[in-house]
Amino acid sequence: MQAQTYNYSVVRQFAVMTVVWGVVGMLAGVIIAAQLLWPELNFDLPWFSYGRLRPLHTNAVIFAFGGCALFASSYYIVQRTCQVRLFGGPLAAFTFWGWQLVIVLAAITLPLGITSGKEYAELEWPIDILITLVWVSYAVVFFGTVIKRKVAHLYVANWFFGAFILTVAVLHLVNSAALPVSFWKSYSAYAGVQDAMIQWWYGHNAVGFFLTAGFLGMMYYFIPKQAERPVYSYRLSVVHFWALIFTYMWAGPHHLHYTALPDWAQSIGMLFSLILLAPSWGGMINGIMTLSGAWHKLREDPILKFLIVSLSFYGMSTFEGPMMSIKTVNALSHYTDWTVGHVHSGALGWVGLVSMGAIYYMLPRLFGLREMWSTRLINVHFWISTVGIVLYIAAMWIAGVMQGLMWRAVSDDGSLTYTFVEGVKATYPFYAIRLLGGVLYLSGMLVMGWNVAKTIAAGRAVEPVIPSAGPAMAAAGHAASVAHA
Amino acid sequence: MSDFTSEFWGWYIGVITVVSVAACALLLQLMSRRRQVSDADTTGHVWDEDLQEGNNPLPMWWIGLFWLTIVFALVYFALYPGLGHFGGLWKWTSAGQYQQEVAQADAQYGPLYAAFEAKDLRQLAGDPAARALGQKLFLNHCAQCHASDGAGSKGFPNLTDRDWLWGGEPETIKASIAAGRNGLMPPMGAALGGEEGVKDVANYVRSLSGLANDSVRTARGREKFQQNCVACHGAEGKGNPMLGAPNLTDKVWLHGSSQATIVETILRGRNNLMPAHKDILGDAKVHVLAAYVLGMSGSQTPEVAAVPAGKP
Repeated sequence: MQAQTYNYSVVRQFAVMTVVWGVVGMLAGVIIAAQLLWPELNFDLPWFSYGRLRPLHTNAVIFAFGGCALFASSYYIVQRTCQVRLFGGPLAAFTFWGWQLVIVLAAITLPLGITSGKEYAELEWPIDILITLVWVSYAVVFFGTVIKRKVAHLYVANWFFGAFILTVAVLHLVNSAALPVSFWKSYSAYAGVQDAMIQWWYGHNAVGFFLTAGFLGMMYYFIPKQAERPVYSYRLSVVHFWALIFTYMWAGPHHLHYTALPDWAQSIGMLFSLILLAPSWGGMINGIMTLSGAWHKLREDPILKFLIVSLSFYGMSTFEGPMMSIKTVNALSHYTDWTVGHVHSGALGWVGLVSMGAIYYMLPRLFGLREMWSTRLINVHFWISTVGIVLYIAAMWIAGVMQGLMWRAVSDDGSLTYTFVEGVKATYPFYAIRLLGGVLYLSGMLVMGWNVAKTIAAGRAVEPVIPSAGPAMAAAGHAASVAHA
Repeated sequence: MSDFTSEFWGWYIGVITVVSVAACALLLQLMSRRRQVSDADTTGHVWDEDLQEGNNPLPMWWIGLFWLTIVFALVYFALYPGLGHFGGLWKWTSAGQYQQEVAQADAQYGPLYAAFEAKDLRQLAGDPAARALGQKLFLNHCAQCHASDGAGSKGFPNLTDRDWLWGGEPETIKASIAAGRNGLMPPMGAALGGEEGVKDVANYVRSLSGLANDSVRTARGREKFQQNCVACHGAEGKGNPMLGAPNLTDKVWLHGSSQATIVETILRGRNNLMPAHKDILGDAKVHVLAAYVLGMSGSQTPEVAAVPAGKP
């Protein structure tokens, strides 16, 4: 029998583009943070103004950086844990080129002001159709690989990737339903509060499935691999998986507290968001406790630092989220920079760090090496990023709580104590701190880019031979099965 | 008004919500009943050479946390709206809470506003306490368009000069705030014979306030003005506050006095809207604001900074 190899080339492509889009998306974030501080940086150019670049930033970091990291790691993990080459032949390559085309189209249309106006779903209908094609192909490749697997049981990481792929398909199709009036303009199929509800059902599940379930899949592979320890508890995996994917579906209405959304819907959104706390923490416990008996590795291994600290931020933001969904807390936090801080503690802290850890793990293996070009630079990257995150989220927390308190302050005569612009003025120094945090985080990403470039230059693309079925092959070792492509 | 289009949906929401919370509880109960899955350290499955799963039980504190949120949800659903038609034992609604807060504010601040409302606007304009309150109302509700010093900007009238589009009598100012105004200048391009005719009229309009103009165009423009514009702006171009038609003979320009801007105004028309504030603010606050704006008028140098107790 001719030896089959894993499809590493598509993983390599997505892994490299994760780093490229990470730099681009974070640079866009730094630019708009600077524009908040110095509005002159809009240069009176419509396509360079804050309103156009902000959706470009969110799309670039979520769907380009995060998306490529998810594709890369899910393709890597599903092959290796199913012990079979990716299903669908050239379909995997189509998902890569299709997804890159989506990103490029987003980078062109958003600055031109072509948008559906739905947050995190701004792309217009022709691009939405392309996304659908890519996503269906992704599902075929992923589930096809799962079906023809050579291992009896399905590893926990794949449950999460599967839930993420299926749910994102449903979310995208329902929320993007629209009536086109021209090639670049369409209107939502829904109206009024129903439109808002569907948008935030989508919006919060984009957080729950795109930015959480998929990255939990990553976490479940790379932490036990890097720590060389079994996942803490199988049983906890089962409970928190089902509870998490079930409960997230209900949480959307907390984005619409004290709006035209009926009271009953607001209550349901708030309570399921609270119930979501334990299932979320289940993932954090399972990941961090995997290190029990191997805590010393955290001291020496910067990749483990990335992975474990990402879980700490995951735990923090999934505690903060349920608290912010409580209506009385939300009355203070809503519409303030607290929300921005919350999102970034999840995005920079959780999604960002776990993706970087995953890439640092995969990249040398994809290029036939034992480790990255410089372990020291991984460490440098870790500390720059961590300081950046802390500065960013602390600034936004303080600014947000301050804004909330200023907006609701009432004088003795019943009038509002502060005008809106006084709140803006008070926020100004915190925008400077936030910019500094963002610049640090971007610098870390540039350090990573350098390290990745040097690693690629030192290695060569490999396509490892798939070990024949059965755990007996476990002893065969990784290095021995590597064949040069 | 019911939130549901039929009886069915209320029940649907109530039942599916209770079942879903119960499903979370059931999953938790079933999976935490037998603490130890087996004596082995791992489940015995191996993936990708060395990946394994431990057999550790669910942490007790985590089970407790999960139960706490479930119990909290059930208690909340009993007390507050959530389960479809069932509005909760406490009969709380967000509309009810709003009305209660408004009633409380009315009771607390009512006497203060009643005292202001009893006073005549001119009298109130000189009252420091009313002016302090008026300034805060102005900064929160008016400054977005009229600027924090009341000097306005292009298309938004300056409130600190003595010029009034709709009249500067105290009651008129109050009416402008309460019911709003819509200043409509129709597009006159077609009636005046296209852009050339409009340029003629623009030159005549500039001549009215002594601005540089082309005398040939001005002469032609005068004729066209008399035929098309006097109904609103008057034969002498002095305007008509009843219609909000601006006086064209003074030095005050809402959109600008350059020939290009005047041509644009005549050619395309203007539609300026001052929104009504009666329903947003209520009579008493409109009264206090009118007095504040009245006090601003003629100040030229805005008095904002001079008002005592501007900051808490």
